[in-house]
Amino acid sequence: MSGFDWIVPVFLTVITAATPLVFAAIGELVSEKSGVLNLGVEGMMLVGAATGFIAVTVTGSYFLGVAAAAFAGAAMALLFGILTLSLMANQVATGLALTLFGVGLSALMGQDFVGVPVDALTKLNIPGLSDIPFLGPILFAQDALVYLSIIMVGVVGWFLYKTKAGLILRAVGDSHDAAHAIGYPVIAIRYLAVLFGGAMSGIGGAYLSLAYTPMWAENMTAGRGWIALALIVFATWKPGLVLLGAYMFGGITILQLHAQAAGLDVPSQFLSMLPYVATIVVLVLISKDQSRIRKHAPACIGRVFHPAA
Amino acid sequence: MWLKIEKRPEYSKGMVYATPLIALLLTVLSSIILFEVLGVNPMEALYQFFVAPLDSTYGFSELFVKATPLILCAIGLSVGFRANVWNIGAEGQLLMGAIFGSSLFIYYPETESVFLLPVMILMGAVGGAAWAAIPAVLKTRFNANEILTSLMLVYVAGLILSFLIHGSWRDPAGFNFPESQTFSDSADMPILIAGTRMHLGTLLALLAVLGTWIMMARTLIGFQVKVIGEAPRAGGYAGFSQKKIIWFSLLFSGALAGIAGISEVSGPIDQVVPVISPGYGFTAIIVAFLGRLHPAGIFFAGLLMALTYLGGETAQINLGLPLAVTGVFQGMVLFFLLASDVLIHYRFRWNFSTKAVS
Amino acid sequence: MSETGGGAPQLELRGITKAYPGCLANDHIDLKIMPGEIHALLGENGAGKSTLVKIIYGVLAADEGDILWEGVPVTIPNPHGARKIGIGMVFQHFSLFEAMTVSENIALGLPGRQNMRSLEKQIIDVSKNYGLPLDPQRQVHTLSVGEKQRIEIVRCLLQNPKLLIMDEPTSVLTPQEAEKMFETLRRLATEGVSILYISHKLDEIRALCHKATILRGGKFINECDPTKETAKTLAEMMIGSSLRAPAHHKAVKGGDVRLKVRNLTVPATTEFGISLKDISFNVKSGEVFGIAGVAGNGQIELLSALSGETRSQAADAVTLDGEYIGWLSPNERRDLGLAFVPEDRLGHGSVPEMTLSENAFLSGYNRMKLISAGFINNISSARYATDIVRKFDVRTPGIFHTANSLSGGNLQKFIVGREILQKPDVIIVAHPTWGVDAGAAAFIHQTLIDLAEKGAAVLVISQDLDELFAISNRIAVISEGRLSAAKSLKEITVEEIGLLMGGTHGTGAPKEASHVA
Repeated sequence: MSGFDWIVPVFLTVITAATPLVFAAIGELVSEKSGVLNLGVEGMMLVGAATGFIAVTVTGSYFLGVAAAAFAGAAMALLFGILTLSLMANQVATGLALTLFGVGLSALMGQDFVGVPVDALTKLNIPGLSDIPFLGPILFAQDALVYLSIIMVGVVGWFLYKTKAGLILRAVGDSHDAAHAIGYPVIAIRYLAVLFGGAMSGIGGAYLSLAYTPMWAENMTAGRGWIALALIVFATWKPGLVLLGAYMFGGITILQLHAQAAGLDVPSQFLSMLPYVATIVVLVLISKDQSRIRKHAPACIGRVFHPAA
Repeated sequence: MWLKIEKRPEYSKGMVYATPLIALLLTVLSSIILFEVLGVNPMEALYQFFVAPLDSTYGFSELFVKATPLILCAIGLSVGFRANVWNIGAEGQLLMGAIFGSSLFIYYPETESVFLLPVMILMGAVGGAAWAAIPAVLKTRFNANEILTSLMLVYVAGLILSFLIHGSWRDPAGFNFPESQTFSDSADMPILIAGTRMHLGTLLALLAVLGTWIMMARTLIGFQVKVIGEAPRAGGYAGFSQKKIIWFSLLFSGALAGIAGISEVSGPIDQVVPVISPGYGFTAIIVAFLGRLHPAGIFFAGLLMALTYLGGETAQINLGLPLAVTGVFQGMVLFFLLASDVLIHYRFRWNFSTKAVS
Repeated sequence: MSETGGGAPQLELRGITKAYPGCLANDHIDLKIMPGEIHALLGENGAGKSTLVKIIYGVLAADEGDILWEGVPVTIPNPHGARKIGIGMVFQHFSLFEAMTVSENIALGLPGRQNMRSLEKQIIDVSKNYGLPLDPQRQVHTLSVGEKQRIEIVRCLLQNPKLLIMDEPTSVLTPQEAEKMFETLRRLATEGVSILYISHKLDEIRALCHKATILRGGKFINECDPTKETAKTLAEMMIGSSLRAPAHHKAVKGGDVRLKVRNLTVPATTEFGISLKDISFNVKSGEVFGIAGVAGNGQIELLSALSGETRSQAADAVTLDGEYIGWLSPNERRDLGLAFVPEDRLGHGSVPEMTLSENAFLSGYNRMKLISAGFINNISSARYATDIVRKFDVRTPGIFHTANSLSGGNLQKFIVGREILQKPDVIIVAHPTWGVDAGAAAFIHQTLIDLAEKGAAVLVISQDLDELFAISNRIAVISEGRLSAAKSLKEITVEEIGLLMGGTHGTGAPKEASHVA
């Protein structure tokens, strides 16, 4: 017998715990790169989770479920965009409003679906490869969304740093006045970035209700939207580091679950605090170096744009 | 022809007062649609939400019972929001206030002194302020974003409460339910009007409203809060310390949220239970904005949001509407408020240009 | 003067009109620029120059009037459209992205997709060709202001423009840098490029431009040949009434030293900030001491070290009337008789959304005793604000209107008045008349001179050499965080100041010269 049998299942759960964070954080990263701070990630994730779950229960199609979740997240983001971009409302306040609204709306939508079971998203078994010991089940037997999340990180990194459109998006986040003066449609670009962020948050939420814990419960995100926001700071707005950070947090979440299961002699509540405390610790460590944050953060983040002239 | 948004030369004072009313009107109109979708008669639902809860003296007093924690938290938050300090962890500070405050009774349940309750309230304030001091130190010392840290601490506070109530704070005579023993008379908030649940906390909330009003309008610290929030560099120019204001606003809001927490457990709840607040600390954010970050406004906004809690319960009992409607309702109010706030600084104009602009 | 006659004008404007709420920014303006012509657009702040060029560049749409490009009527919907037909523009406040590289910035100004490698080669080619040295891979925030301007120019040149608009290009340059830029512009003109040159500096317009269009208060005033005018006649067209120099006070002889700065060294607080290195000077009772320099050379840092917004390392680095104040807070320094007027009026010198009464309280609450028994005394604050408005001729409907409802000139009068009414012993003023109309500027200058004559010490930090020459007794120059030795007005020339501004510190050739092949 091998003493390392537990490694594979632990890795698998780390991946499922990390995936919602990857989706939410990579979407919000694009939004922040364009200069828009949307604190409504938690709300968008919840509405995505509820919508995805309902769509799957009603239609039975996971594809439609995920698409509906993306659509719902984007619809929430559109609301945010109308307020902050067109009506120039304060981004912090509007983001909070979006989260509070999302908590209520998702609870209302999902009230008839509490306790309804669905099957977890099926894992794709890539024939042959998934049978490779150890690496096989970890790399080649995940569900489609896990692969999609990793692909999205790559796509976002490529888009931001290798394409003209990505350059323009970053430029809008760096100085909206300069971008406007050159003639780029600042508001339209920000709308697109915010909508993308919403769609990704929606999918991240749906991953929770369809794969991680296949069920719907009120407030089931339990702060993951906020952790995703912290992850972006941790990653100093770099897509690759977002992926790393998300897996680190996935690891912490799973660590505490396993420690609880293993009957570690620490009250379960203290173990459950770990992800939240870790978020604070990470934020402190990264933010301590102010000049580093200032160097990487999009200069216009959170600022209202009104073409004055 | 275009509808153009145009900056006003000076902000409109009239709109400052008008937009909360516009927001309410829009919320009521939207909820009529919402009720239609949920399959209930909108007029009936609105009646159950806004009128039915107030048809008795008792109902009216309940409004104040529910509004008390909302107003206390929102008053504190408003000071921070004015200074651009985004404490959104009032819920956690409320829980810590409840824990700190009630610890005195839990550990010395036999105490029968007139000083017990005042000391409990004081400890509640200390607990809330201590919990808010964590984001303050992390913000001023390490530059960590207070939005995220204060929010994370809400979850931590909830878990600490859960640890205590499932552990040593459990009432030994309570059939293993996760509840503390009920508070003794000397640990209870005195009732203000016999036959109702209106308690001393309501008086404290009113005191907070008046005191904060005076502080913000007429004292140097209030002036500093406003200047730092509006124009931090002008604050530095005038010699005001930004760090001091961050500390002040977090401790102030934490203390008031802590008082809200202890008022709940030694008031209407009368014991420590796993769920102390149905999200008062978060709804208080809405109350603070709806009240225009002004104490008087917050007083009325607090009553209104309290009404949505009561209305939600009434509508659930009488119409079978889900309780979650309350949350949607509250979120909508804030959305419409933020949307209509554009009218304070901008105005809409039809642009009849003689030449096509495109 | 190169060939300007014959053929259709490169650009012609007919009756351009643009109204903002409460003001007519452009009132039926005509303008004609021939190919290869350097055409000055001359006017004061607020004359309507910026609005007009924004219309030409497609940032704004005119309410009325026609634009003709090479004789054909066109509409320019946006800056992309402007660039497409061959209009390039170099902004006064650069439209650059600080966190990006030179080549990324240039790519953003060009249509379509670029191959970064070949773009870098093009940049190097153009910059060599026109004497505009640039490293394509540098991050913009590491560059000097002059270099940043080169990015803008190169970005325009890469699109082979037929018309180049330059908005106040020399306001951020040393005289030597400006002269080099003129050479580039003259060369472009001989190649047939038209240049619309916006400025209010009369000497450079006379030296550079073939034609000048003068605007005043949004109206077309005149078109003339600036080489045939004198600076005085141009100024009269621009301002509309005869100029009056401020009544200069007598030379100061041996007044007491009131403000003394000794070996002041302050490390940069931000990554992009300037550190102050070993700054020493003193300002005497009765004198106006001027500090010249190109923006971004440590002026902001110096002002904040003097005001107390950053504390000095050594207490004796700053001395006020013999007392060490280097460790004191802004309030404590104010109590001792120091007053300051920061560069940024809205947001630093005043709180934009607060009333004038509250803004009077902002810096005056202690010295003017506006707090009684722990409470703000609203009545005395209002009285103080009213006093300022009356004595300093601040045009406002009332003291309960917000600071941001005032025009730049009126707000500056309010802030200067607020500080002066506190009877300071030493006053430090940054850019006292930046963006202020001529009337208010003359008033502010006179006020500062009067204050000095009453025995106060006045320190003025400004980019505007004309201003410093008009009011100062002695002048020093700040460059890269170092301050040159102070010289009296009689001993120093504009050329010398120019060299000091370029960072030569009195000796040797200007640093920039080494770049020129």
